Amino acid sequence: MASAVKFEATSRFFGDTRAVDDVTLEIEEGEFFAMLGPSGSGKTTCLRLIAGFERPSQGRVHIFGQDATNTPPYRRPVNTVFQDYALFPHLNVQDNVAYGLMIARVPKAERHRAADEALDLVALSGFSKRKPSELSGGQRQRVALARALVNKPKVLLLDEPLGALDLKLREQMQGELKSLQRQLGITFVFVTHDQGEALSMADRVAVFNNGKVQQVDSPLVLYDSPKTPFVADFVGSSNVLPVEMVQRLIGVAKLASLRPENIRLAEDGLVGTVESQAFLGAAIRLEVAVDGARISVLLPKGAELPNDGSEVHLAWDADALSLLEATNG
Amino acid sequence: MASTTTFGGRVSDAFWRKPRLLLALLLVPPVLWLGIVYLGSLFALLAQSFFSIDEFSGLINYDFTLKTYGELFRPSNFDILIRTVAMAGAVTLAAAIVAFPIAYYAARYATGRWKVIFYLGVMLPLWSSYLVKVYSWKLILAKEGILNWLFETLHLSWVLQAYLSVPGIGGYSLSVSWTGTFLVFLYVWLPFMILPVQAALERVPSSMLEASGDLGAQPGQTLRYVILPLALPGIIAGSIFTFSLTLGDYIIPQIVGTSARMIGQAVYQFQGTAGNIPLAAAFAVVPILVMGIYLTIARRMGAFDAL
Repeated sequence: MASAVKFEATSRFFGDTRAVDDVTLEIEEGEFFAMLGPSGSGKTTCLRLIAGFERPSQGRVHIFGQDATNTPPYRRPVNTVFQDYALFPHLNVQDNVAYGLMIARVPKAERHRAADEALDLVALSGFSKRKPSELSGGQRQRVALARALVNKPKVLLLDEPLGALDLKLREQMQGELKSLQRQLGITFVFVTHDQGEALSMADRVAVFNNGKVQQVDSPLVLYDSPKTPFVADFVGSSNVLPVEMVQRLIGVAKLASLRPENIRLAEDGLVGTVESQAFLGAAIRLEVAVDGARISVLLPKGAELPNDGSEVHLAWDADALSLLEATNG
Repeated sequence: MASTTTFGGRVSDAFWRKPRLLLALLLVPPVLWLGIVYLGSLFALLAQSFFSIDEFSGLINYDFTLKTYGELFRPSNFDILIRTVAMAGAVTLAAAIVAFPIAYYAARYATGRWKVIFYLGVMLPLWSSYLVKVYSWKLILAKEGILNWLFETLHLSWVLQAYLSVPGIGGYSLSVSWTGTFLVFLYVWLPFMILPVQAALERVPSSMLEASGDLGAQPGQTLRYVILPLALPGIIAGSIFTFSLTLGDYIIPQIVGTSARMIGQAVYQFQGTAGNIPLAAAFAVVPILVMGIYLTIARRMGAFDAL
């Protein structure tokens, strides 16, 4: 498979801030790729480097094999769905969607037909003549999507497109985006700070922290075998066991990740004291103090619960413990 | 509750229970001012323009007539109207063209200290007296003035002389030409164009410009299809100032420019020296009509759609 987007040792500095710091990354054609990280981690700047709104301070950006480092945004075969949607307030929905085609000098009747088709695709037929100000947040989001897709981009960039929607709508849109991407076969690059969103939608996820890519893998691998303490903690908030504890348990001097749901209470095992417990709906989370470290344990609802302050034994299957690279980036 | 015992506290409580009372109290003074003093005098003006003057006795005849309006169409009077509207149009157009880049810079690029410098630069001339500014321009534009000296120093006097020999816009020197009047108007009203345009541009998020580029528009196309339509309400607001202020002004054309009069001067002379208040009123109604027509056209063309 050809790579749709390729970063080659790309950096973007803002003054002393290294927003994107030496990132090398390949996004494959046709995949749903998520860039995940906390705010200020460089994921949005990476997206803007693909769109061309930012130019790399160092390194290169390739789009479909072509060096796009010095290509302005209006000559790139990519389109963006903006976080604030950036719909043009003076144009109606149809003209908003047809804007790219208008610029490309597509005749009026034709571009209006294409715009209406794109609006059909996002289930907004009949909204053509409305102004963006007359739409709800979810509807604006769909218009922004249609406006980008109508140009048949090779790569669709989405900058936290679901961030402004409420939970129900967000879950619904996640499913729709996923099936839209399958249907169209376009490469989607999706920026989010919500690990659940990234895991549920993406084929592959790049986890960003401090301008650097920590790990690029499929959601399953990312979850089961995080490579760094940051990934372990950010994706599914795992327990990161300190080096001394791992040394004592399995004789390797490394940090290790242990998922809370993989731990069970047993007759025998690591000894700890229950500090607190929280009811989460489907499960109960215990915070257990072990040798000065704190370990979260997720127990299914209905399990027998120890009292706060009581001593418990923690056990897990051998493969639940996943070793991390010693460096914390 | 300690505050209920104080007078201020009790007043606040009363307003909280009857929010309309506060609104009424806030609105009564400006409504009285606008309604009686302002609209009243406007109505009096309108009424005066439907009277006429007896040419022999010089007394006002209080019978309803359109005769005074008819006098506006006499060549000598009609010239004044055309000249004034043309000047106001030219000043407005030039102000929009000059103001836009300044406003754009201030809205998109200036931050922190540069923003302060921008506001000072735009507002500072407004703090000094209008007359001082106009007289300093007379000095700049005079035959012995700075501009002439500059052209001479650069050995470009012939350019200025060639320009001044153009009939209509030229003259003996810039300070007694229509170009001079135009330049002073442009300078004096420019802040009234810059500030609303800057405010309009300030409201355009940068993501909107990025979106336009992202959809394939080159910067020039983004300017035409996104920035200008969104700045238009600001440009129209600014043009209301520059256009109407030029239409009504009578001091600038008196100090800088030719002896040919503008509407403001005509009103001043007809109501003062000539004592022809009906004609002065008819002249004064013209700018109101012109502005009404202008705004109607602007509205029809969708200038306020982005509001």
